[in-house]
Amino acid sequence: MDGFAPADAVTANAAARAGPPLGLLAELTHRCPLQCPYCSNPLNLLKAADELDTRGWLSAFEQAADLGVLQVHLSGGEPTLRADLEDFVAALSARGVYTNLITAGVTLTRERVARLADCGLDHVQLSLQALDAEMSDRIGNHTGSLAKKLEVARWVREAGLPLTLNAPTHRHNIGQAAALIELALELDADRLEIAHVQYYGWAAKNRAALVPDYDAVLEEAAIVGEARERLKGVLSIDYVTPDTYAQFPKPCMGGWAKDVITITPSGKVLPCHAVESLPLPFDTVSDKPLAEIWYDGAAFNRFRGDEWMKEPCRSCPRKTVDFGGCRCQAFALTGDAEATDPACSLSPHHGLMAGFAEVSAAAPPTFVYRRIGRS
Amino acid sequence: MICELRERAVVSARSAPKMPRHVRLRFDPVRGRHAVLAPERVYWPDDIAVDILKLCDGERTIAAMSATLAAEYAAPVETIEADVLEFIQGWMDLRLLTL
Repeated sequence: MDGFAPADAVTANAAARAGPPLGLLAELTHRCPLQCPYCSNPLNLLKAADELDTRGWLSAFEQAADLGVLQVHLSGGEPTLRADLEDFVAALSARGVYTNLITAGVTLTRERVARLADCGLDHVQLSLQALDAEMSDRIGNHTGSLAKKLEVARWVREAGLPLTLNAPTHRHNIGQAAALIELALELDADRLEIAHVQYYGWAAKNRAALVPDYDAVLEEAAIVGEARERLKGVLSIDYVTPDTYAQFPKPCMGGWAKDVITITPSGKVLPCHAVESLPLPFDTVSDKPLAEIWYDGAAFNRFRGDEWMKEPCRSCPRKTVDFGGCRCQAFALTGDAEATDPACSLSPHHGLMAGFAEVSAAAPPTFVYRRIGRS
Repeated sequence: MICELRERAVVSARSAPKMPRHVRLRFDPVRGRHAVLAPERVYWPDDIAVDILKLCDGERTIAAMSATLAAEYAAPVETIEADVLEFIQGWMDLRLLTL
């Protein structure tokens, strides 16, 4: 439902407002050697046979560059499991598109890092599950993960590539912020992301095992705040706090279908990587031109602008700041994709968040690991 | 394992800043303006910022850059140099320029 405005008018209005996309998140595959219980991929993971082929991706990348995409984030699953990764980097680089490899690292070799750099790769974002070997292995359900990742970090810098360390945060590793910051400096990283996991998909399934304690979050925030000041001009630290204790929701994706396109391993085109949980009609790059999907696609125009909003968002001065928060979280927790994100203290469902925090106070259950064919 | 290898660089008129390899200034034909591409970020410099960034080649000092810009903009070099120093320090702190 689009409220009292005629659907056509909403669509035309939204299309007029949309500018070209800045970034493309290319989920090249759902295959991954790690099985992190908070993976941002959907519960229903695609098999290798469902993946878009080399030509399909190359066409999507050419169209994205034509459309105005300036940065492509090569992600997954684990993107290095695609043997054609070098072809993608080279093609994007030839178009002047900035390429960012988002990797767990464990599949990389020193030679491949060097080869990707030669193909024009611009930046590597390496995930870290935890700073002690045992916990790193337990979170990813993968043996020897930490030592391999530290090796990969060094190969990345050796190849002259800038490095971002990405540490998804939850109750099991929240005490490691100070050590992470030291490690980022030691590894000569350019950036560090300390980002609390977002509770949809696998993380929602494992919520009770992951939600951190409030005092631990406060302590972490103080450590990060101090380090940011001390390391100005030395290390950039991005800090994403958990929704569980938020007063206002996050400006999800910087606004619906405003800057970013996501393409799934099978070529489905999405306004955000978690959005397959919403009952929306999604187009595929094999069926329609990317520009048509971006500007005219029903899913892309569904929540553009603010005409779709209900109260309390509709009359809220923060609606241009946080856009009512995350549509996926709103739908998952309230059953209404137009509702205010319950992370917002103005949402009538905000009490859910306190409930989640309470559950986390008990001893955490074991993880349901991310696996293809298990959801 | 406290690491003292990296420090915040503070610029002076004698500094010769440049863009690191992984930061790129490019013209975007779709939007008709310059963009600066950096890890996980895109910045949109205005015309004056673009003129400054184009002079950041690692050879020219800020003093020399300011003289060039003063001539180009027909403005007093002292004013320009103060503005350029402030601009470049800000971009250094964002790690978009290096020495």
